[in-house]
Amino acid sequence: MAQVQLFGLWGSPFSCRVEIALKLKGVEYEYIEEDLSNKSPLLLQYNPIHKKVPVLVHKRKPIAESLVILEYIDETWNERNPILPHDPYERATARFWAKFIDEKCIFALWKACWSEEKEREEAAREACEHLQTLEDVLKDKRFFGGDMIGLVDIVANFMGFWLGIIEEATGVKLLTEEKYPKLYKWSEEFVNCSAIKENLPPRDKLLAYMRARYGVSITY
Amino acid sequence: MAEEVKLLKTWSSPFGLRAFWILKLKGVQFDFIDEDLSNKSPLLLQSNPVYKKVPVLIHNGKPISESLVILEYVDETWKQNPLLPEDPYERARARFWAKFGDDKVLASIWNAFIKQGKEQEEAIGLAIETLKFLEEELKGKRFFGGEKIGLPDLALGWLANLIGVFEEVIGVKLIEKERFPLLSAWMQEFAEAPVIKESWPPHEKLVTKFRAMREPYVAAAAQPK
Repeated sequence: MAQVQLFGLWGSPFSCRVEIALKLKGVEYEYIEEDLSNKSPLLLQYNPIHKKVPVLVHKRKPIAESLVILEYIDETWNERNPILPHDPYERATARFWAKFIDEKCIFALWKACWSEEKEREEAAREACEHLQTLEDVLKDKRFFGGDMIGLVDIVANFMGFWLGIIEEATGVKLLTEEKYPKLYKWSEEFVNCSAIKENLPPRDKLLAYMRARYGVSITY
Repeated sequence: MAEEVKLLKTWSSPFGLRAFWILKLKGVQFDFIDEDLSNKSPLLLQSNPVYKKVPVLIHNGKPISESLVILEYVDETWKQNPLLPEDPYERARARFWAKFGDDKVLASIWNAFIKQGKEQEEAIGLAIETLKFLEEELKGKRFFGGEKIGLPDLALGWLANLIGVFEEVIGVKLIEKERFPLLSAWMQEFAEAPVIKESWPPHEKLVTKFRAMREPYVAAAAQPK
């Protein structure tokens, strides 16, 4: 059995985060694709509480929750490419923004894209507020982590890749170059980053999936 | 160098209490301000512009928000009496349980507290299912952190006194000793631990406050449909 295993889902940004981190650290791992409509006994054994992906298994010990996994990876393979900075205040700042993205941004953006017409304006307003916050946080840095990608960049992968595809599928425009030039530029740098681009799901496949999903949602 | 440590919290917030606990447990000298959330101070608004919430820790002028982020910051900055273990796997488990407490336990208990009638019955059922995971995790352990109080204990510590408050207001026992012997024992041991026991907000004042918070939900449920 491989020392490191990752139970994931091809189209999940949360699963993708873990792959990015493992790639950054040069960790060899076995990837197991889960079918969420038919969860494997191993997944249910390793993550009995949430029964979700991603789950990282290292030396037979499972870790669930993507943010928890990212910190584990950073602490375990700590010789290269730090995901979190050294300084406690900067670490706290990174954790704060990672949490903000997970607890506020992603949900707001998702809602803004998939909302019914009447709810869309309110949802978009909130989503845009969050995008502006991130635009201000980024300032003139290349990445949220500075010169190299860090925790916040990895956690922002939804904005970096998934959002553009969902926008294309639904016709909703949120992260535009005119409104958020820095964040837009960041998203281009992000997808071109070597540790990132090899771990993103195939664009066409994801677009087709989102289009199909949108097709279903507007039928009703 | 003169250290300046200031904590913005409220008299009742369980999240603020976490930050208060860790500073006390580490023996850090600090000042605290109990905010009036209906009239937030300029300092609070300036220190936490994103959420405008407590707690906020201000260390030498630099603000940190979000209680779990504050806990880790304090643990990394003042290394005595560490809250997190050394081993990365044990650290991951501690973080997992702290997150579980906030994401699942809190929400399920709150729902059991505010819902009425049939919805409340279902919410209580869900809360009990969630609490069972905590009971299971305590097997063979004195605290969630092991032999001594750790990060997940501070994160879940609100249970030790607020459960009693909620139970009193809704008139339903959520954590019964027979069903949750380990959790009940943990609640007692945690509540009486040094530093923790001196810090609980006054019980009656909490009952009054949460009873008032519940009123709008009761009123809404009583509306004819």
